[in-house]
Formats: sequence, C-alpha cells, structure tokens
Amino acid sequence: MNIPDDRRYNKTHEWAQEADGMVTVGISDFAQDQLGDVVFVELPNVGQAVKAGEAVAVVESVKTASDIYAPVDGEVAEVNELLESKPELINESPYAEGWMFRISAASADMSGLLDADSYRAVAEEDS
Amino acid sequence: MKYTPQTVEDVASALRAIGASSVNELFSQIPEELLDPEIELAEGLDEVALLDRVRELASRNASPSTLLGGGLKKHFIPSVAKHLAFQSEFVTAYTPYQPEVSQGILQATFEYQTMMSELTGLPVSNASMYDGASAVAEAALLAVRQTGRERVIVTRGVHPETREVLSTYLGALDIELSTLDLDERLTSRVEAVADDVAAVIAQQPNFLGYLEQMDGLASRAHASGALFIAVADPFSLALLKPPGEYGADVAVGDGQTIGNPLNFGGPHFGYMVVSDSLIRQLPGRIVGQTTDADGRRAFVLTLQAREQHIRRARAKSNICSNHQLTALLATINLAALGPQGLKQAATAAVAAAHTLADELEAAGYRVRRDARFFDEFVVELPAPARSTVERLAASGVQAGLTVPAEYRLGEALLVGATELTTDGERREFVSALGRVAPVGVAR
Repeated sequence: MNIPDDRRYNKTHEWAQEADGMVTVGISDFAQDQLGDVVFVELPNVGQAVKAGEAVAVVESVKTASDIYAPVDGEVAEVNELLESKPELINESPYAEGWMFRISAASADMSGLLDADSYRAVAEEDS
Repeated sequence: MKYTPQTVEDVASALRAIGASSVNELFSQIPEELLDPEIELAEGLDEVALLDRVRELASRNASPSTLLGGGLKKHFIPSVAKHLAFQSEFVTAYTPYQPEVSQGILQATFEYQTMMSELTGLPVSNASMYDGASAVAEAALLAVRQTGRERVIVTRGVHPETREVLSTYLGALDIELSTLDLDERLTSRVEAVADDVAAVIAQQPNFLGYLEQMDGLASRAHASGALFIAVADPFSLALLKPPGEYGADVAVGDGQTIGNPLNFGGPHFGYMVVSDSLIRQLPGRIVGQTTDADGRRAFVLTLQAREQHIRRARAKSNICSNHQLTALLATINLAALGPQGLKQAATAAVAAAHTLADELEAAGYRVRRDARFFDEFVVELPAPARSTVERLAASGVQAGLTVPAEYRLGEALLVGATELTTDGERREFVSALGRVAPVGVAR
C-alpha cells in the first residue's frame, strides 16, 4: 500500500498537501484501489467556500459513488479539469496527476489530519 | 463506501432521537385494531371450484367498442410478444437484482434502450421507469439539477394528469411550476422564456391530439438556457419527427402504446431518453455491452452508481427499479413488427382517426380542425358531454374522454381511433351518437 509521508490524510481517505497557503486534495492509493475503475468525477466549483468535513466532490466508479470531503476550511481555488475527460488518472496516479482540487486557506490548519503512519493503520483496518 | 445495515444500536439511537422508549411506543398512536386487524377470508376452494368462480367473475367483464384515447390506446400486439415475454425466465417477482447472471434480461434491456434511442433520435436511454407521468416529473427534476434553476414551464397541451403528477413532485421541492395556455390553434405558444427557467415541457401530439410546432418551442427554450423536454407518444414516432431532430434535450412518455395491453390502466412503463450531456443526470440505470474476461460479448448494469440502493440520500431519484417485464413486452413487440410494421400500424391508426372525423362531419358534427391532428381529435357536442358519454356507455360504446373545462372548448369529446378500430365500430359510434346527442337539438 503506497502511503507517502510528504502529506496528511483524512480518515475518509483523502490526502492533503499544503504549499504556500494552497492545499491540494486527492484520494489515497488505498481508496482508488477499493473503488475500482473510476468512471466519473464531479468536481466542486472554483470560488466555492468549503468547510473541513464537508462533502464537496463525488467520485463514481462502476458500482458506487463516493463523497469526497474537504480536509480544511477555505475556498476552492482550482480544480483538475483533466479528470473530466480522464477520470482514470485517479486510478493511475492518485498522488500526482490524479489530484482533484486545491483549496486556498488563509491559515491551513492540518493538525486534525492524520500522518502517514496513522492513516496506514486506518487503511489496514478498513481493508 | 460501506453498506450499513440497521443495527440494534441504530434503532435505539433513532428511538432516542424521536423520544420514544420502544418501537411499540412509537406505534402507540395507531389504534390496536388497525395494527393487528382481523381479516375475514372465505374458506379455501379446491382448484375446480376456484376456476369456476374465476370464470364466473371474468364473464362479467364487458368489452365495449372503444374510442377512448388521452395517451393510452389499444394497439395490435402480435401474439409472439406475449408468449416470449411471459416465459418463466423473464417473469420475476421484482426487478432482477443479480444482474450479471441474468444475461438474457440484460440483453433484452440493452435492445430496449437501443430501440428507444432510435425512435426518439436521442443517444442515451435508461432501462425504463414506472410510467409516463412520473417520467415527465423526473425529467423536470433532471433539468433543475442540470441548470441549477428552480422554475419549470409546462404547456397546457401536456396531459392534465401528467401535470398533476408534475405539480406534486415539484411542489414538494419548492420548485415553481407555471402552466402556459394553448393558443387559438389549440397548440402551445411560448413567446419568450425567462432566464431563470430550467425547462420547458411540451407534448407531441398534445393532449387534444394536435401537432405542436416543437422546433420553435425548443429554440425558444434554448435561447434562455432552459432545457426542452418533449413528452412524446412513442407510437407516433413511427411517423413524426423524432424529438432529437427538433432539439429536445429529453424525450419522455408512457410506453403503453408500443406493446402493452391497456390492463385497465396499468401497469405500463415510462421511458426517458436524453442527450449525451445529460447522461450523469439520468435517473435509473443503463445496461451496457462489454466483454467478459474471456473476450465474450456480455451485458452489465452500468451507470447505476446514483441509484437509491447504492447512493441513498444522494441518489438522482427515488426510482431504483425499472419496469422490466412491460418494457420487455414492448421490446419484443417492436422487434416483431419491425420499423415497417410499426409505420404501417401508425399510418392505419391515423387514417382511421381521420376517416372517423370525416364521418362525424358528414353526420353534421363540428370537428375542431384548428391544427393538424394525429390519431385523436376534438368533436363538439350539441348536448352535455358527460351525460352523452354515460348514455353511450350504457349501450356498449366507450365514446371518448370529455374535454376538461380548463380547455374552454364547451361540451366536447376527445375521440381517438387506432389500427384496430373497425369500419363497423366507427359507424356504430356515429349512429349511436346520433341517437343520444342528435345535431340540431338545443342543449
């Protein structure tokens, strides 16, 4: 299970990586593996205000549709439009090309999120 | 990502939230005799006696000559359709839910979707819905989701009962519904559409049987960013321009006319076919064709991730079933008739209706010819419509629907004919009408 330690995680399987007040969000390798082939991604609107823990996007695989929760408060600054035509990027490259959206956060409080080791424990329990 | 069953703890916490100590207390408002009523059933019958009883009951059914229309009609169904559709493999107690093992049902549904797509000229069909009216309401909700707007326009040409269902659905969600009157030609006119409107809904042929100018309605809807929803009798699509060609974003309606018996009003099935861009908003599910691990052709339920059994609160609609058996009956019917057969039937139905109109006029009645009509039309009566219908029913003729007062057409009947209407039935109707509501007699 690939869980890089250069970012933090939600119990609900999102990852979040902060750089210069901008938090990039995607789903973990474990999550994409559990979902199976992703066929559609419903992204939030740019400019939309979001709260940590709020469902802001949806990932659809062949058999299910899952909510994606915002890991921090802020405003959606950018979405990965490539996913509209190539949702499979989430399966192929969950931590890089498969990123979903960026939240601009005045003070990105990542302290409520899990580090890689704690998340590994959550993922192992869910698998 | 998990399926969550209702545990004992869930029940307890739900009861706590409500403020009830037990399930029994929750139901304490219901009178005891209703909770556990005594049902008085007759003694059982042996098979011979039972068949006798059922025969006796069945013999009381009347099969009058019928000129009823209003959206549902008795059309020819080759006997092969019923014989194939009612094979035991297809007759399930509920919509088949282990789909991947039911390859026959999935293939039939795939073919149903393909035929509906060909008939409507739109690319994406779901696997059928409950009935025409709920399909129209679901189409309106689809438009609201797609556009983010909360107002819907329906023309008075849409069947009054469909509009009632629409109003029930939209009212519960605080979506505003406006009804547009028909013009002097008894067809819909939409001058301009406000830019907060999600959809314009019109019916072809309209409730009164007349042909609408659907192109103009569609372009006016689109000019303001609204979707255009066409309610179409699929039988009529054998001859009329398909909705996809006049700019409809959604085609919906009741499928009864393409291969279901009337069944005293149901069950039937609804259909919904949409443009590519609306595929993610389509309620229900789609059967897709693929290949299995060994490269063989196979069918699967796909695009069902937004269904209630998976998605619950975020489902696209509360419709999580299709009307498999009735839709299958239509599929086999269409396959047996073929495009030519369907065209012939529709041509014969239109001819029968127009001949009937001519015969009524020859007998002195005024047929409304405000616009061209398909297989139904309005005839004015010199006597109260309701009592005319009742008196004709007593003599074994179902004369038609009395035109509702909202159309302001006075005493009038909506009369339809099909390819099954015989010369004798038409003549019998005209002469019976002459006895009950003779022309030239004051009301």
